[in-house]
Amino acid sequence: MNVINITSSCNSDFVSQVEEESGQKLSLCYQCGKCTAGCPYTTEYDIPVSQIMRLIQAGQKELVLKSKSLWLCATCESCTARCPNKIDVARIMDVLRHMARREGYSGVKTVKTFWDSFLNSVQKNGRVFEVGLLANYISHTGRFWTDMGLGPRMLPKGKIHLKPSAMQGREEVAKIFSRYTQESSK
Amino acid sequence: MSCALSYAYYPGCSSTGTSVEYDMSSRAICAALDIKLSDVPDWSCCGSTPAHTVDHTLSSALSARNLSQVASMGLTAAVTPCPSCLSNLRTAQHRMKNDSFRQKVSKLLDRPADITVETKSVLQILVEDCGVDRIRAKVTRPLTGLTVAAYYGCIMNRPAEIMNFDDREHPMAMDNIMAALGATVVPFPLKVECCGASFGIPRRDVVMRLSGKLLDTAKEMGAMALVTACPLCQMNLDMRQEQINSANGSQHHMPIFYFTQLMGLAFGLSEKELGIDKLCVNPRTVIDALGMEGQPL
Repeated sequence: MNVINITSSCNSDFVSQVEEESGQKLSLCYQCGKCTAGCPYTTEYDIPVSQIMRLIQAGQKELVLKSKSLWLCATCESCTARCPNKIDVARIMDVLRHMARREGYSGVKTVKTFWDSFLNSVQKNGRVFEVGLLANYISHTGRFWTDMGLGPRMLPKGKIHLKPSAMQGREEVAKIFSRYTQESSK
Repeated sequence: MSCALSYAYYPGCSSTGTSVEYDMSSRAICAALDIKLSDVPDWSCCGSTPAHTVDHTLSSALSARNLSQVASMGLTAAVTPCPSCLSNLRTAQHRMKNDSFRQKVSKLLDRPADITVETKSVLQILVEDCGVDRIRAKVTRPLTGLTVAAYYGCIMNRPAEIMNFDDREHPMAMDNIMAALGATVVPFPLKVECCGASFGIPRRDVVMRLSGKLLDTAKEMGAMALVTACPLCQMNLDMRQEQINSANGSQHHMPIFYFTQLMGLAFGLSEKELGIDKLCVNPRTVIDALGMEGQPL
């Protein structure tokens, strides 16, 4: 069991920041554990979601933001649906990922790379171009064997395209991303 | 016959590729039910899961562009087959009711964000606006003898305050439609459990475990096929079923239909226009057991 000296390590700014960005009141969590009981990903997590909630209450910023769990949450909303105190736990996990990104943490690199590749594809094409996304992901991870076996089955069915779909407003979408980058650097 | 239903239709990225059969069958059954779908002009990606994991303003802006495209059609009711698109569009619409958030979103857009458009899923308009009785009346080839489990996926109904549809733990919309088509619907305790979502590429092992559990349970409950309403769920269960079998040592051969495909079959539409041949796990034996005519796949 890990023992944490809360007096010396509690970052209360972190607590209020999570509350502000998520719009959730963290003191409402009384550690019933229902979120963890229903979490399909808890076996993959390094810290169960109910313990993430407790660690936020205790202002343990670094421990929380470097956790792998943040990147393995699929936002399936089981925790939010089942919280007896109506805390939107999935939204808190989302906000923690935003903070982790800003602080330079990426607990599970393959997941972060996949999400980044996805958004790169949207930024470039206006819509997701799956083959381009996969190529981008592979070039950043070196995982050349990723789903290679599926190509021969999917191509004849016309479910995979080798060119991105033609979309006129792609510039408009690209501008959403560039304005976002500008706004968030202010 | 109730008055004509008309919606802006947002297909979503997967409908152009990996879930093309969902798009085809959604359009076909809506046409059969006199539901008018008008494509959103030059729609763009909603940002899906990756966008909301990066930033909520960015995510909402990507959805808001599409809501504005709907508003430019002079419509306020939009529909999409995909629960992930739906979740993003509805979440954006919900959050933009807050003025300061809407202003932040508008700063990223060419045009100020629109808040008049309400988006629903194809499933939702079918049960709420069209109604199961009208669906039942359209059946010409009942699915008698077909035993299915209805699998909704995790976000069609959740979070409840945003999705505002059916029950968050025990939805019945698809169960009721399947029963109206003449199919036998088994109880399925995992109807809202996550399939592994978009982890198929970065963490395939997780999908093998979660989707494997869905297939195991459906089989144990006596289902001959699973019926889905989500492109990502369908892809994990169908396209990855062979991977699941080799990872878990299972021997599933369970067809994974979109509910719209089964509606189309029961309406007497052709397999071709429902994209039955696009499914990876061959559903031939299941369809033939219904005594339906069909071309070999």
